[in-house]
Amino acid sequence: MSWPATRSELEALGQELVANGAGLFGGYEVAFGELSLTAPAGRIVEALTVLRDTHGFQQLTELCGVDYPERERRFDVVYQLLSFTKNRRIRVKVQTDEDTPVPSVTGVFPNADWSERETFDMYGVFFDGHPDLRRILTDYGFHGHPLRKDFPMTGYVEVRYDDELKRVVYEPVKSVEWRNWDFLSPWEGMERGFSPVLPGDEKGEEAKS
Amino acid sequence: MTGQTAPAAPDGAEHLPETQVRKFNINFGPQHPAAHGVLRLVLELDGEVVERVDPHIGLLHRGTEKLMEARPYAQTIPYMDRLDYVAPMNQEHAYVLAIEKLLGLEEVPVRAQLIRVLYSEIGRILNHLLNVTTQAMDVGALTPPLWGFEEREKLMVFYERASGARLHANYFRVGGVRQDLPPELVQDISDWCDAFPGVLDDIEGLITDNRIFKQRNVDIGVVSKDEAIAWGFSGVMVRGSGIPWDLRRSQPYECYNELEFDIPLGVNGDCYDRYLCRMQEMRESTKIMKQCCERLMKTPGLVLVDDHKVSPPRRGEMKRSMEALIHHFKLYTEGYRTPPGDVYAAVEAPKGEFGVYLVSDGTNRPYRCKIRAPGYPHLQAMDWMNRGHMLADVSAILGSLDIVFGEIDR
Repeated sequence: MSWPATRSELEALGQELVANGAGLFGGYEVAFGELSLTAPAGRIVEALTVLRDTHGFQQLTELCGVDYPERERRFDVVYQLLSFTKNRRIRVKVQTDEDTPVPSVTGVFPNADWSERETFDMYGVFFDGHPDLRRILTDYGFHGHPLRKDFPMTGYVEVRYDDELKRVVYEPVKSVEWRNWDFLSPWEGMERGFSPVLPGDEKGEEAKS
Repeated sequence: MTGQTAPAAPDGAEHLPETQVRKFNINFGPQHPAAHGVLRLVLELDGEVVERVDPHIGLLHRGTEKLMEARPYAQTIPYMDRLDYVAPMNQEHAYVLAIEKLLGLEEVPVRAQLIRVLYSEIGRILNHLLNVTTQAMDVGALTPPLWGFEEREKLMVFYERASGARLHANYFRVGGVRQDLPPELVQDISDWCDAFPGVLDDIEGLITDNRIFKQRNVDIGVVSKDEAIAWGFSGVMVRGSGIPWDLRRSQPYECYNELEFDIPLGVNGDCYDRYLCRMQEMRESTKIMKQCCERLMKTPGLVLVDDHKVSPPRRGEMKRSMEALIHHFKLYTEGYRTPPGDVYAAVEAPKGEFGVYLVSDGTNRPYRCKIRAPGYPHLQAMDWMNRGHMLADVSAILGSLDIVFGEIDR
């Protein structure tokens, strides 16, 4: 099929999935020429099976987490699917928190194995039914989940070779200080294609009501 | 090497029972020349037959995604070079495409598109030259890398003449590229394109019909079509199995749909077919580069969009215009702000589909940037691809997967 997909094609696909999904998909959104769906976390295996078998999304290109600490269920787990036959991409998002596991989709897409391990490693999201949920990218014996927004950029420990002990030692970070150059200005001017909420805007709303 | 049971008893120790079980666990890497970087494979062997492979990755993990969340967009582009450091500009390409999608910058100037395509194809040849020749080295041939690296050296000089750096270019910008190419450089690249097929013939003469190379690669690491799709493969790993899928054709970006080139496909899906695909892709890339050079010579124009809300004004303008000075200051302190939302942009990088999933919260920094490295699912497949193969095939399969740890560990 032609690429890129038009907005109406994506809208039609989204509507169809939400209407015929029997509650597998919560809603859909078309933005920036891409279709993303939300789904209840408990039924994600069913949802992806339907997408793979009935709608031809044969490949899971990516699975990752996103952290929104201010939300009650702070994590998004995002599944990106690709259809070779229809030449379409689609995105499915589910929400979860630190304690609630998401069902593992390794049975539907075997390559979810390492991606789920990575999401667990980076965010501490648990996957129910995963064959081997170990850390993957961080050091052996690492503590914490580095991509969480409340994990400090410099980390907690640093390593160096100790000449007296003749081995590598782990110590609390003291050699670097995280410098956060925050140049984000509270004024308008540098945004494109949207109007940002500026500090003080809420006062205008209060005055009106 | 740890034998789980004692080997045959030494002389004078007949009371020890002789054992038939010969299970071994060995560590392949992280300091192994055929591990293509810092890969640790824990292999379970039965004699010389591989029973299980457990890759331990992350030894090159630098926290790129975390670092990117703390910097304005313009400062995060150099991180992309350091992912797949064999073909740096292809990664930058995916990233700037993602930001452009967020900003709604659909059209970059034609000349910038041509330069981007030209350098992406240089990246593809850089990558394939390295991979094909080191794959030959993994199975015992020492000459191909020497010949291939000579050409890589010339291509890196082209990188340097465009961007000032041989490797970590930081050349692509949102809305175009950093600066224009001088006409002499375009001419030199065009001349190189004429000479390169001859060099490829030489390298092919060394490897393609080589008896040892074929014995080590034909029918090794066979991937069927269904397996390739289910395991998230992309790039040469799906084309080697005969699936006609190339993002440059199926989901075209930049000006790829105006250029003429073919997509080579494999038949058997083994290591040898993947090698043949890469060799042929280099010839196709040379054709694309030649077309880009011809069009570049005829197409003068801008190489960066003329919109000072995203692209900095030229130095000369800043000397005279207050407006330009303000734009420059704002761009290099605050940077542009992207609308809230999320996008996924992918390019056909030499190793496969390199994608960037970018989440924006309306500030000047990415809220989340997930890098989809093509090597990640490929390396994951090491386990089932190697089962039942001999120990010596591990390095042949690893070589044909085209692994670079910069992008896998991130």
